[in-house]
Amino acid sequence: MIRIPAATRPRTVLAYLIRRLGAVLLMVLVVLLTTFSIFFLLPKWAGQDTAVLFAGKATGAEQLEGIRQKLGLDEPVLVQFWDFVKGIPMGRDYANGGDVTRCDAPCFGYSFRTEEPVWDTLKDALPVTGALAAGACVMWLVGGVAIGVLSALRRGSVWDRSAMVGALSGVSMPIFFTGMVMMGIFVHSLGWLKIDDDLSGADGIDIWLQSLILPWIALAFLYAAMYARLTRATMLEVLGEDYIRTARAKGLGEPSVIRKHALRSAMTPILTVFGLDLGALLGGAVLTEQTFGLKGLGFEAVDAISNKDLPVILGVTLIAALAIAVANLVVDIMYAVIDPRVRLS
Amino acid sequence: MTQLSKSGAAVGEPGTPDSHAPTAFLEVRDLKVHFPTDDGLVKSVDGLSFTLEKGKTLGIVGESGSGKSVTSLGIMGLHTTGQYGKRKARLSGEIWLDGKELLTARPEEVRKLRGREMSMIFQDPLSALHPYYSIGKQIVEAYRVHHDVDKKTARRRAIEMLDRVGIPQPDKRVDSYPHEFSGGMRQRAMIAMSLVNNPELLIADEPTTALDVTVQAQILDLIRDLQKEFGSAVIVITHDLGVVAELADDLLVMYGGRCVERGPAEKVFYEPRHPYTWGLLGSMPRLDRDQTDRLIPVKGSPPSLINIPSGCAFNPRCPYADLPKDNLTRTVRPELTEVGSAHWAACHLSPEQREQIWTEEIAPKL
Ligand SMILES: Nc1ncnc2c1ncn2[C@@H]1O[C@H](COP(=O)(O)OP(=O)(O)O)[C@@H](O)[C@H]1O
Ligand code: SF4
Ligand SMILES: [Mg+2]
Repeated sequence: MIRIPAATRPRTVLAYLIRRLGAVLLMVLVVLLTTFSIFFLLPKWAGQDTAVLFAGKATGAEQLEGIRQKLGLDEPVLVQFWDFVKGIPMGRDYANGGDVTRCDAPCFGYSFRTEEPVWDTLKDALPVTGALAAGACVMWLVGGVAIGVLSALRRGSVWDRSAMVGALSGVSMPIFFTGMVMMGIFVHSLGWLKIDDDLSGADGIDIWLQSLILPWIALAFLYAAMYARLTRATMLEVLGEDYIRTARAKGLGEPSVIRKHALRSAMTPILTVFGLDLGALLGGAVLTEQTFGLKGLGFEAVDAISNKDLPVILGVTLIAALAIAVANLVVDIMYAVIDPRVRLS
Repeated sequence: MTQLSKSGAAVGEPGTPDSHAPTAFLEVRDLKVHFPTDDGLVKSVDGLSFTLEKGKTLGIVGESGSGKSVTSLGIMGLHTTGQYGKRKARLSGEIWLDGKELLTARPEEVRKLRGREMSMIFQDPLSALHPYYSIGKQIVEAYRVHHDVDKKTARRRAIEMLDRVGIPQPDKRVDSYPHEFSGGMRQRAMIAMSLVNNPELLIADEPTTALDVTVQAQILDLIRDLQKEFGSAVIVITHDLGVVAELADDLLVMYGGRCVERGPAEKVFYEPRHPYTWGLLGSMPRLDRDQTDRLIPVKGSPPSLINIPSGCAFNPRCPYADLPKDNLTRTVRPELTEVGSAHWAACHLSPEQREQIWTEEIAPKL
């Protein structure tokens, strides 16, 4: 709940949001520039011709020239960059003489390998990764924070010790290991679950759930363990603060003291780390998708890299960067909601 | 143990501990608060007794670490609440508030008294207020814990209290956050919060220590005014005798978790009878005197509360430790004895010795 009481407050919150939004746009621009220059420069450094990559080896010089024209490879770099950027919101025409190919918005170009629009690949992969990441986030936040809080409140108890030992082993367990073990048990041996490796919007929610539950757990486990430790440490620190004593001195019951006063403060460091982890989460998602054979962004990225499919690499990177930027913006907003001091600085 | 439990009894003869409820509004009898730690048992408060009537102010004075805060938290019942996984503090003795004994009361009963019948102001208002909630919200919360009213009513009450403690534009400032207030304003807000339920007992633990000198006087005036208005019993805790000399009706000087001198404020301040109190007077900043012409401040460091010095706990630092006969000072713990009307001190010096030191060494330098 955002509470904006005083006359001065909306302006500062708004100013804060505008500042954050500006930062996000800047970040997207930087990512665009970097990825595009990689797209443009990488083949050069590798001594390869982008047109050859597009067409395959056995192509005549004339055809290559056609491709160059069509892709605009002869244009100055800045023009190429501008065409590419513009293509995302507006769509783009690839013209080679009278032969015009219309690429509808959002246009990320065509895959070198399948010659399908990159967006088609992204469109299918994005929901898979999105669902995987979002579900795992919720799981690890809720699970990690709950375990951490309980551990802090029962410090030194059997529960606390076993939870922290569990967390330690969780932190040191790689995703593909936990993933493989779980798959071995629940999919192959027991046959309780079936993982659909080509999830799409046409599949029912039950299929999605069945396919994602193990990946969620595998991905969330590592982070939940980390967040449990972090939450426990933060809670113990917060519980020693003077204002917690004040809350008790008011006659507040202990559950309210924990919920309204301690947990509220403990959320700030957790949220900070969460913001940082959002980037790393994508790496985890790639591993998870590989382990479970889910066709998400990570899977497509690995596939594209091994095929030198530059437009797909570019598209996946951009989408991922955009997703992280938006997620960070959400985290920033939550930050400002939780801590009034953030709004003013 | 018998020796310990008797020594701090300043209130006549209480008889067997659970015998009768006292007539005083607040009566603390032989309070002990001990903390088990890895290094040993920390005896932060070790047999403290005093009484306080409504409408009166008691000043508790002592250097840092003498057990003042532990005493006040003990009265508030905050040593036993929310001590997750920590080793339990050991409390004994009796705390009678308005006819109820608090140490044996159910925790839930004590919780209901906290903030309503007894409330507390802390040293550093910046850390004592929650940084994420507006001042108003925190006062509203304090009010609504004990009053079944809607938020609007509670908010009106919060504004009224902010106004009462002298915060300008209270209807605007009610929505400010602690970090938007100055130190003095924060302490005022803290006072507003602690008085929102009209408590009968207010404990102010070093209410001015964290504040500018100019603001200190204002806050003390405010506490004095409010006490007159509300008629509550007030305990003002400080390490600075000067802070409470004028504010308090009674003074209690603490050393190493015990009371070494107590009595009417003007007696303890102008005719102190204990060497430690003399030292405290020497630590007060005096602009009107030369260095050579002043009382000597207490030298050395506070005693260990795990291995409290035998005999008089003050003996390693006391300039007169060798005067009492038979090396009493180092072997027998001095009891509080009456040194004047309602004036008590715990020291082995004979009345003649004390009188001589007082007239020759102390009084001329006061
Ligand atoms: N929870 C605790 N565990 C162990 N020792 C404590 C605890 N709380 C206070 N103490 C010790 O008790 C002594 C008195 O503390 P306190 O009452 O805060 O002193 P002050 O007179 O400065 O307010 C100090 O030496 C402190 O270290
Ligand atoms: S009993 Fe001895 S050591 Fe203690 S204050 Fe008196 S003279 Fe000093
Ligand atoms: Mg203190």
